[in-house]
Amino acid sequence: MNATELPSRQQVEDLLYREAALLDEWRLEEWLALLTQDATYQIPPTDVPEGDARNTLFIIADDALRIRSRVKQLLGKSAWAENPHSRTRRMITNVRVLGAEDENIIITANFAVHRMRYESVDTYIGHYDYKLVRQGNELRIRERRAILDNEALRPHGKIGFIL
Amino acid sequence: MEKSNEPFIIDDEAAGLFRVNRRVFTDPECLEQERRRLFDKCWIYAGHESEVPHAGDYRSRNVAGRPLILVRGDDRAIRVLLNTCTHRGALVCRQKSGNARTFQCPYHAWTYDSRGQLVGVPGEDSYSGAFKREEMALGMPPHVESYRGFVFVCFDRTADSLYDYLAGAREYLDLVADQCQLGMKIVAGQQSYSARANWKLLVENSYDGYHGLPTHQRYFTFLADAGIQMKGGNIASQRQRAIDLGNGHAVLEYDSPWGRPIAQWAVTFGEHRKAHFEELRRRFDERFGAERAQRICETSRNLGIFPNLVINDIMAVTVRTFYPVSPDYMEVNAWALAPVDESAEDSALRLDNFLTFLGPGGFATPDDVEMLESCQRGFANREVVWSDISRGMKREHPSITDELQMRAFWRRWNQLMTEPQIRRARKAA
Repeated sequence: MNATELPSRQQVEDLLYREAALLDEWRLEEWLALLTQDATYQIPPTDVPEGDARNTLFIIADDALRIRSRVKQLLGKSAWAENPHSRTRRMITNVRVLGAEDENIIITANFAVHRMRYESVDTYIGHYDYKLVRQGNELRIRERRAILDNEALRPHGKIGFIL
Repeated sequence: MEKSNEPFIIDDEAAGLFRVNRRVFTDPECLEQERRRLFDKCWIYAGHESEVPHAGDYRSRNVAGRPLILVRGDDRAIRVLLNTCTHRGALVCRQKSGNARTFQCPYHAWTYDSRGQLVGVPGEDSYSGAFKREEMALGMPPHVESYRGFVFVCFDRTADSLYDYLAGAREYLDLVADQCQLGMKIVAGQQSYSARANWKLLVENSYDGYHGLPTHQRYFTFLADAGIQMKGGNIASQRQRAIDLGNGHAVLEYDSPWGRPIAQWAVTFGEHRKAHFEELRRRFDERFGAERAQRICETSRNLGIFPNLVINDIMAVTVRTFYPVSPDYMEVNAWALAPVDESAEDSALRLDNFLTFLGPGGFATPDDVEMLESCQRGFANREVVWSDISRGMKREHPSITDELQMRAFWRRWNQLMTEPQIRRARKAA
């Protein structure tokens, strides 16, 4: 791959499927290695899915520092919302390589993430908007936005794991 | 079902013991009684004036279990309309928000104006002379009043005014409303979530200083990693108090360990913002004098307004309300409140600070939800009848890690749930 060439859908799918597996297996340190140093992770509110975190109250708007803190917390003992860990299973589909903006490769994909906890199954449905960059021969995640189709986090109650 | 004769609460001032019967968290009959005696009688938060700034702006939402429309009429007055067509019942407003001159029921096209008056009935000549259009306006709660921008409704015709109802809570709403001369606004974006738990567990939790360190250990570790150490390592060692505000309202007030976007700088905000925050603070000193400015800017306040409104002015300001769908499930809505004239940069910092702790993806709220749901599951052990709310009962000045604020709620709750239901005379029209 050179810098001007878009990755194939299969190359992008390889990354997204690997990411999904790492998150489902709670291998969060390895997941962090898929992110750039300046990566962001956002979940807009369900009523303003196209919002901007600078002027809209999001559910999650992590900068790189907070993503790393989140992982540290989740791997520690006192993130009670996920201690014990939920089981999760992610279905990633409809992956599309939309184009490039400067060095960023624009990706979208649909998701259905099931969370199994205390014998309830709650499903988070939506799509991801990614901005990927090339680092050497690897694709890395610079921006990761999970946009929910759910109209409210009901009955989910919370997003304790990494969606 | 076997009828329990046990009291809802045990309030033994002499011994210093306060207990709540766990049946109040699980019993469907108890919830029905709450709907009639609390939610149909008390002042219930419906929204904020800033959510409908222009004539015709509306928000439709569920309040006290009813679909309502908060609307600013063409006369600029704020009204609350019952969202049901007076003809056959359909919702006349099916959008969550927008701007409209009229609400037209999609079923038979009856049309109401922004004041709720019926202005259009297709084929009106088919009705008899007894049918009066002016009697068919959209329903309204008998009382709708605002205090400092917060709009409440009350379904009890004989209720006291909102002003009297709020009692000591007014002082604490003032401390929030005074944060901007031009007014405060609800920021775009509603956090809509839930908990598989009884709604009163969230009342208790929202001003529970005792749970802070064990439940939210990871938040304090996050703060410490960012460079904020608790003074004395412990929130209880700081200047702080818990106050019963009357009518079931209560507040915790304490020196903030964290930065506050209104005008209290912390290391997490960055050195480059220090001078700007000193300037923000100086303006408060000029407006209010040093003492009140210090209170507005540097103290945090967890305020509970009976029965189901929480305004926590902590690392940001959240307005949170919740309503029981069933004894073991509640819906929660939360918003951020901010000065209307806050700069884009300050506002972004405020929202960022909000999300460190608050909301269903924050570093604290998900753990609260987990704890409430955990309590609810524990209640299945019906053999354990009582929860204990006795902390600090014999202290002259209970601390914020005591439970005075919860006892204030429970005493009012118990009074309304048990007082004899005498038919009160309707106020003269």
